[in-house]
Amino acid sequence: MKGGTTVPPFTHNMLKLNGITKRFGSLVANDSIDLEVRQGEIHALLGENGAGKSTLMNILYGLYTPDEGTIEWKGKPVRIDGPGHAIALGIGMVHQHFMLIPVFSVAENIVLGMEPGGAVLDMKQANERVREISNQFGLEVDPEDKIESISVGQQQRVEILKALYRGAELLILDEPTAVLTPQEVVELGKIMKSLVAQGRTIIIITHKLKEVLHLADRVSVIRRGRKITTVEAQGRTEAELANLMVGREVELKVDKQEATPGASVLEVSHLSAKNDRGLLALKDVSFQVRAGEIVGIAGVDGNGQSELIACMTGLRKPAGGTVRVNGKDLTARSPKEVREAGVGHIPEDRQRRGLVLDFSISENAALGDHRKFTRYGFLNYGKMADLAERIVKAFDVRPPEPEYMARALSGGNQQKVIVGREIMRDPDLMLAVQPTRGLDVGAIEFIHRRLVEERDNGKAVLLVSLELDEVMNLADRILVMYKGQIVAEVAGQEATEENLGLMMAGGGARG
Amino acid sequence: MAKESGLSRVVHEAVEAVSIPVLATIVGMIVGTVFILIAGKSPIQAYTAFAQAVAGSPRAFGETLVSTIPLIFTGLAVSLAFRSGLFNIGVEGQYLVAQIAAVVVGYAVKMPEGLSPGLAGLFHVTLALLAGTAAGAFWASIAGLLKAFRGVHEVINSIMLNYVALFLGSWLLNAYLKGSSGQGSSQPVQATAALTQGLIEGSRLHTGLWIALVAAFVVWIILWKTPSGYEIRAVGLSPGAAEYAGISVGRNIVLAMALSGALSGLAGAVQTLGVNRRFFETTAFVGYGFDGIAVALVGRNHPLGVILAALLFGALERGGPQMQAAAGVPKAVIYIVQGTVIFFVAAEGIWRFLRNRKVKTEVKTA
Repeated sequence: MKGGTTVPPFTHNMLKLNGITKRFGSLVANDSIDLEVRQGEIHALLGENGAGKSTLMNILYGLYTPDEGTIEWKGKPVRIDGPGHAIALGIGMVHQHFMLIPVFSVAENIVLGMEPGGAVLDMKQANERVREISNQFGLEVDPEDKIESISVGQQQRVEILKALYRGAELLILDEPTAVLTPQEVVELGKIMKSLVAQGRTIIIITHKLKEVLHLADRVSVIRRGRKITTVEAQGRTEAELANLMVGREVELKVDKQEATPGASVLEVSHLSAKNDRGLLALKDVSFQVRAGEIVGIAGVDGNGQSELIACMTGLRKPAGGTVRVNGKDLTARSPKEVREAGVGHIPEDRQRRGLVLDFSISENAALGDHRKFTRYGFLNYGKMADLAERIVKAFDVRPPEPEYMARALSGGNQQKVIVGREIMRDPDLMLAVQPTRGLDVGAIEFIHRRLVEERDNGKAVLLVSLELDEVMNLADRILVMYKGQIVAEVAGQEATEENLGLMMAGGGARG
Repeated sequence: MAKESGLSRVVHEAVEAVSIPVLATIVGMIVGTVFILIAGKSPIQAYTAFAQAVAGSPRAFGETLVSTIPLIFTGLAVSLAFRSGLFNIGVEGQYLVAQIAAVVVGYAVKMPEGLSPGLAGLFHVTLALLAGTAAGAFWASIAGLLKAFRGVHEVINSIMLNYVALFLGSWLLNAYLKGSSGQGSSQPVQATAALTQGLIEGSRLHTGLWIALVAAFVVWIILWKTPSGYEIRAVGLSPGAAEYAGISVGRNIVLAMALSGALSGLAGAVQTLGVNRRFFETTAFVGYGFDGIAVALVGRNHPLGVILAALLFGALERGGPQMQAAAGVPKAVIYIVQGTVIFFVAAEGIWRFLRNRKVKTEVKTA
């Protein structure tokens, strides 16, 4: 299944989409999109959340049937009936969420469904075959490792290998860097170059501008279901792409003054905690956050950040140490006591924690303070609606309807309701965990501005984020977490992606 | 729209709550018709007999309401628990312990001499009702506490408690409460502890009807108009978000279970004081608790829907045997109609679940 062809790269269209339209009810997800992908290129599909990128790729992968339009594959019109057909044609997709069996080995996962050997599975041959492909493309993995024991970056390689094993000539990567550390992103870039060098073609779906500039040869920008343009990536700037993507001028960096920190608001000392499996996930962590500053916690997911926040908000009992807010001991107190002590919390999981999805925006606006929204002991819906009205206005929630169910809002608007509610509560300490996860440039810009405003109003803000850009952009001081400990502290201005990335991977441990 | 509240909101909720069950009932009757035809009988005759039995005369309608009253309470009990995410399958047991408590208070407590009969009646009935309500609430709280603090699933532990209640009742009856009149029942409650019958001339319809309607209204107030109801609903819809917001999940599980049990208890106490006037030896469950599950489902867990669904099930319960007697149609047809209604209402839930999931996956991939 060698994909090498005699066709020189960058000339022939591998894939051509003509006037693809896809509607879901009244929503037009794709509006007569034309797209040409050349053989041997890395083609980025750039767009905000809900712009229609994934829908388009799902059409290509046979998961949806287009309402209008045609697909040409290697010059011939095709109708793709399903993923099986797409794979047979040579189209492979790596989803954002990996579809691997944790207790199986790498090779077992790769050959799953297309096992070598007859009735008896020939594992030796499978391992051999996997080794061959992984050497050919420089995707280093040990075929005999169990999936659960390898890193996320390696799991992604397994997914790519899976597609290659099935003979993919065109690889669709859906938000491939969402789960990777900066170093792993660099690795992925090398792998992609090696793939195209050997004749493969890659479509990468993303809303991250930096990646597009680093990785792609050409970029197609999708906005609200329409393709805006296709341009060469060479020579473009992030700002230029952001404007194309959002359709207006976007400030990528928050304009902020030097911080003027005041008295200490949050004091965490020698805090330790166990995770759900009973292992020590947080080890002797101490730090403080002062009024009027944003302290960022950088780290790869699963290095104790979740446990740290859970301990501070009363959602988990610490194994040792203390948490103080404004001098008040809040160690192992209930979430209610923590809230009442002036702590706001933008939770990591907005759908499971931050909102009751089957409550209206009004009811969600009161969540946590609902006992205050009463008149003669009965709920005062008017008062809830007033607050919701203010949140919806100030935070540009769309649609601006307080009686709208939270479930019916898009992810970004759900997040705005949460951020709005927590800021409106006017807490002394704001714990913002992944406040812009999954949001697009416009919404990110907005939420960042509001967090800086909080800081400028003399509030203490603790920001936990897996996005390095976010931490570097907002934080006045950065703490790096690795394996449950704070391994470094860096001033905001001195941080670079390289030095943070290194420390996040355990390379710069202090002491 | 933004300021929608008060009356329009109530109407909106009500329409939402009844539209599907009404459709399901119509479909149920069509399916019933098919089976009547298969049985070789006349559907017109059968449904006429049914209608006669259910509402052919004031007395008949009164008796239909008598069958409806306990179903309103048990339907409310199941739906209130369900709003907090709990499946109270223990309504049967709570109903039984409440009957015992109501009989004990109704029989043993003497009203002081010199009290006017009206006042004595009021006090005594209230006391007996309270005893039943408290007993039901207590019985359900055991299940709630086990769930909240020991993690014992409420379905399992409340089924177990049903059997405990069944045999506890049997033992108490045989050991202490046996009446002189016969083997199988307790001493009757005193006249002062009985709910007045005869709201409709010639029927046994008793003032428990008003209690049931007030209970439905109170449940609506609690769930949608009080902070405690807000917390119960939040826990039911999203325990994670409730916990985040400082709402104690465990405390609300116990509270919702206790309130649910209080309603089951009212069912038992009202039935005892209004109809039976004594505690009967039971070897099996009477079924109001289990029917309450169906009533709650068909009533979409909304108090108004529960009242209407209870009326439907009360009518089916009352009309079935009459249809068999008068038109020769097996009353199993009624169970088919019942089953079809439940099936279609449940299917609507399944359909909605699938639709939500579809929307979710589409949003995810969009």
